[in-house]
Amino acid sequence: MIRLANMNKTTRSSLFTYALVIVAFVIIQLLRTFKDGGVGSVLEGQLIPICAYITMALALNLVVGVSGELSLGHAGFMSIGAFLGCSAAGALVHVIPSAPLRLAVAMVVGAILAGFFGFLIGIPVLRLNGDYLAIVTLAFGEIIKSLLTNVYLGVDESGFHFSFLTDKTNLGTGGIQLIKGPMGVMNTLRISSFIAGFILVMIALIVIFNLVNSRTGRAIMATRDNRIAAESIGISVTKYKMIAFVTSAALAGAAGTLYGCSQVTFTATKFDFNTSILILVFVVLGGLGNMWGSVIAAAALTILPEALRQFADYRMLVYAIVLILVMLATNNPTIQGFFARLRTSAEEKKGGAQ
Amino acid sequence: MKKFLAFTMAAALTLSLAACGGGSGSGSSATSGSDASSSGTSTASGAAFKLGGTGPLTGSASIYGLAAQRGAQIAVDEINAQGGDIQFELKYEDDVNDPEKAVNAYNALKSWGMQISLGSVTTQPGIATSSYNFADSIFALTPSASSPDVISGKDNVYQMCFSDPNQGTASAKYISEQKLGEKVFIIWKSDDNYSTGIKDKFVAEAETLGLNVVGNATFTTDSATDFTVQLNQAKQAGADLLFLPIYYDAASLILTQANAMGYAPKFFGVDGMDGILTVDGFDTSLAEGVMLLTPFNADAQDEATQNFVKAYQDKYGETPIQFAADAYDCVYAYKQALETAGCTPDMSASELNEKLKATFPTITFNGLTGDGAGITWDATGAVSKSPKGMVIQNGAYVGMD
Amino acid sequence: MDFLTLMDYLIRGLSLGSIYAIIALGYTMVYGIAKMLNFAHGDVIMVGAYACFFTMSGMSPMFEAGSVSAMVVPALAGVVLSMVVCTVLGVVIEGLAYKPLRQAPSLAVLITAIGVSYFLQNAALLLWSSSPKYFTPIVGSGQLRVGPLSISYVTLVAIVACVIIMVCLTMFTGKTKMGKAMRAVSEDKGAAQLMGINVNRTISMTFAIGSALAAIAGVLLCSAYPTLTPTTGSMPGIKAFTAAVFGGIGSIPGALLGGLLLGIIEIFASAYISTQLSTAVVFGVLIVVLLVKPAGLLGKTVREKV
Repeated sequence: MIRLANMNKTTRSSLFTYALVIVAFVIIQLLRTFKDGGVGSVLEGQLIPICAYITMALALNLVVGVSGELSLGHAGFMSIGAFLGCSAAGALVHVIPSAPLRLAVAMVVGAILAGFFGFLIGIPVLRLNGDYLAIVTLAFGEIIKSLLTNVYLGVDESGFHFSFLTDKTNLGTGGIQLIKGPMGVMNTLRISSFIAGFILVMIALIVIFNLVNSRTGRAIMATRDNRIAAESIGISVTKYKMIAFVTSAALAGAAGTLYGCSQVTFTATKFDFNTSILILVFVVLGGLGNMWGSVIAAAALTILPEALRQFADYRMLVYAIVLILVMLATNNPTIQGFFARLRTSAEEKKGGAQ
Repeated sequence: MKKFLAFTMAAALTLSLAACGGGSGSGSSATSGSDASSSGTSTASGAAFKLGGTGPLTGSASIYGLAAQRGAQIAVDEINAQGGDIQFELKYEDDVNDPEKAVNAYNALKSWGMQISLGSVTTQPGIATSSYNFADSIFALTPSASSPDVISGKDNVYQMCFSDPNQGTASAKYISEQKLGEKVFIIWKSDDNYSTGIKDKFVAEAETLGLNVVGNATFTTDSATDFTVQLNQAKQAGADLLFLPIYYDAASLILTQANAMGYAPKFFGVDGMDGILTVDGFDTSLAEGVMLLTPFNADAQDEATQNFVKAYQDKYGETPIQFAADAYDCVYAYKQALETAGCTPDMSASELNEKLKATFPTITFNGLTGDGAGITWDATGAVSKSPKGMVIQNGAYVGMD
Repeated sequence: MDFLTLMDYLIRGLSLGSIYAIIALGYTMVYGIAKMLNFAHGDVIMVGAYACFFTMSGMSPMFEAGSVSAMVVPALAGVVLSMVVCTVLGVVIEGLAYKPLRQAPSLAVLITAIGVSYFLQNAALLLWSSSPKYFTPIVGSGQLRVGPLSISYVTLVAIVACVIIMVCLTMFTGKTKMGKAMRAVSEDKGAAQLMGINVNRTISMTFAIGSALAAIAGVLLCSAYPTLTPTTGSMPGIKAFTAAVFGGIGSIPGALLGGLLLGIIEIFASAYISTQLSTAVVFGVLIVVLLVKPAGLLGKTVREKV
C-alpha cells in the first residue's frame, strides 16, 4: 500500500485504468460463461461495438486531451479502418484460415492505412490551430465519407479490381465484391470477438500511456500548454503534434476494423459528422486527458440509449436532456467545489494512514 | 369490388380452416371464441403471438418506421378485436435506420420473447437483422426492406414489398411496353441502397428492351436540395421522360424545380413516390401527370383499403403511405399462415419458424398491396405480386390500364 | 456547356449561397462575440421555418383566395412571428444552457450546444412528426424573366435580404452603442466589463440577433427548397458554418462572401465535376483556402503575444 501511495499520480492513474478494464472484462467473461443467459442479449450484442467506441474515445483523447487539438473528423479514420481492414479480411479468407489471426492482420492493415491517411491529412492540418483545425478535420471527415461512398472494390483470381463512381469491377467467377459503393460492406463472416476487443483496448491503453509518460509525451503536452514556450526550447511543434495525430488515427483505424468485422453490414454514411461528435462527447464527458474517464464514458453512453428504450419515442429527447444536464452539472462551480473538498479530505485521510 | 370479394372469400376460407384446426387443438370452438374475446381487450395475455419489428421511429427516416409501426398496430388491433384463435402482441423497437442500433433493437425484442418477426423497415438495418433472424431461427416477414440482400441465403426471411431489382425491371418493361418515352433520363440517389438497386436493374433491362436511356444524374443526402444541375442535364440530353427511383420528399423538390424551369417531361416514379400527394401543403397540381408503379393506392375504392385508410386517419391523423399498408398486410399474412399451419402461441420461436417456412410458399394472400390475383411467395422469400401502374390526375391516382 | 446554362447555374449558386450567407452571418455573430460554435443554430432555422409554416397555413383561410391581402398578410405575419419565436428561443437557450457555462472550457459549451441541437430535433420530431411539410414560398413561386434567363422571386428576395442584413449588421456593430459593446466584448471580455459593459446582456443580445437571422434564413431556405422536416436545418447549418470559416469567422463581410462563394462552388462542382462528389469538392476548396489563408478569406490574423 505504501508503494502505491508513493507512486506518482500518472502511474497510479494508468494502473487504475488497466485494472478497471481487466476487472470489467473478467466479470463480463465470467457472467457470459457461468450465468444462464449471460449478460443479456442486448448487452451481449453491444460488447464489441463498446470496445470499438472505447478505443475510438482513447484515440481521440490523445488528440484532444493530450495534444490539445480539436478534431471533428475522427469517424473518417474509423471508416478507413472499417472499409479497408474488412476488405483485407475478406480478401484473405482463403489465405489465412484462422479467424483470430485474420482479424489481427486486418486490424494491422486498417491501422497502418488509417495512420497513413492521418499522416497525409496531418501535413496540412497541423499547420492550423484552434477552431480552424477543427473545421478542416470536419471537412476531411466529410470528404472521406463521400469518397468511400463511391468506391467499388472486388477481388478474384486475377487480383484486385477497383473502380470509382460506377461499378466497373467485372469480377471473374468466384470473385468477392468487398466494397459495394453506397451499399457499403457486407460481411458473410463476423470474425470480431469480445476478447479481440478487450485486447485492442489494452493495446490502445499501453500505447497511449507509454507515449504520454515518455519524453515524446511530455513534449506533446508542452506544445499543448504553451506552443511558443515549447518552440523556444527547441521542440518541433509540428513533429510532436504529428506523432500524436498519426498514433490516434492508427488506433482509430484498428477500432474501425474491429467494429466493421463485427457488423453484418455498414456503409460510409455510418461514419459521418454525428459519429465524430458522438466520440467527442465520450472524450469531453470522461474528461480531457483522462483515459479511464473515456473508457467509462464510452461504455456508459453506448449503453444509455439502449437502457432508455422504455421511454420509447422520448428516448432521444431524454438522451439530449441528460447530455445537457451532465455538462451543466460537471461545470457547476458548487458541484466542482464539493468534489474538490471530497478529494482533499480523502487525501488527508490517506496521508494520516501513511 | 373484385378485390374485396376475393379478400372476403379468402378470409372466410382461412377462418373456417382455422376453426377446424382450433377445434381439434384447443377444445371446442365455443370456448376458444370466448377466450379470444376476453383476450381481445387485454392483448398482454399469454395467449397471443409475440410479434416484433425494428424500424426508424426517431431520426430523419422515422416517417417510414412510424408508418410501418402504425399500419401493423391497426392490423393487430383489428385482429385482436375480432377475436379468434390468432391474437397478436406487437412491439416495435427503434433502430434509427442504423444497422448497429437495429441489432440492439432486435436483441431487445429477443429478450422480450419475440416469437415471430416483422424484420426491419429499412434496407440496411434489414440486412443486419435478417442474418440474426436466420441464425436464431426466428421467422421474419419484412414489410419494406426491399434489397435482395435482405433475403438471399436466409430461408426464413420473407419480403412483403417488391424487391428493388424487380421494380427496376418492371418499370423498364412498363415504359417500353406502353411507349411512354423515347429518351429516358434517370435521377437517382447515389448513397441510397434502394435507389441504386432499382436504377442498376432499370438500366440493364432498358438495354435488353432497346429503351433509349440518354443519361443519368445523381444526388446524395447532403446535396438533396438543389436539382437544377440534374434537371438541366436531362433537358440538354433531350429527355422526354424522367425516371425517378427515389422517395417522394426529394421527388417533390424535383417536380417544383422542373416546373420553375419550365421543363415538363413525363415523370415516372416507383413505390417510393407514393405519399407525394399526402405531403402537408404540397401543391398537387405540380404532380399532375406523374406516373408511378405502386402496390398501394390510398385512394382505391375497394372496401378493405378504405377501411384501413379511415382507421389510420382516425387514429393518427394522416393518410397512410405504402409502408403502412405493407406492414398491415404483413400482420394479416401472418394470421393466415399461422392459421393454415395450425400454430398456437405456446409454440417456441423455432417451432413456428419451421411451420411458417413450410407454409408461406404454399399460401396465396389477398391484401391491400396486391391485386385480384393475390400475393404469393417462393421458397427464397421473394414476393410475387403485380405492380399497379398509376397516373396522378386531378390530385388523385387513376389506374393506367 | 453554353453561356446561358452557365449564367443559369450562377443564379442558382447565388440563390443557394445567399441563404448560406444569412445562416453564416448568424454563426459568425455568435462566434465573434461569445467565442462558441453554436451547433444548434441549424436547428433554430428549422424551428423558424415551422413557425412560419404554421402561421401561414393557419392564416391563409382567413383571406379571400387570390386577393392581395391573402398573398401579403399571412407571409408577413409568418416571417414576423417566426422571428419572434426564434428570438425568444435563442435567448431562452442561451440563458438556460450556455450562460451557466460562461467560465467553462469551450469544449463543454460545444457539447452542450450539440445537446441542444439533439433536443430541438427530437422535440420537433415528436411535435410535428417527420413527414415532410411542403412550404409555400413567401413571395409566390413566380419568376422574373430577363431575356432568356429566369430568376425566381425567392432568389431575388434572398439576395436582397442578405445584402440588407449585412449592411444593417455592419452599421449596427459600427455605429450603435450596443454594437460597439459587442465589438468590445469580442475583443476582450474582461476589459469590456471593466469599462462598464454588461457582458452577459451583450451576449444575450447577440443570441437574439443571431436567432432572428436564423428565422429569416429558415423562411428563405424553405421558400427556395420547399420540403420541411425536423432535420432540414442540420446540413445547411454545417455548410453555413463552413462558409463562415471560409470567409473568416467573426467577420461580417466574410460570412457574406463565404456563403455566396460556397453556394456557387457547390452548384458548379455538381454541374462540371460530379454530382456525387459536390460535397467533397466544397470541403476540398475550403481546405485549400485555409492552407493559403489560415484565417479565412477576410479574417483577421491575430498575432500571438508571448
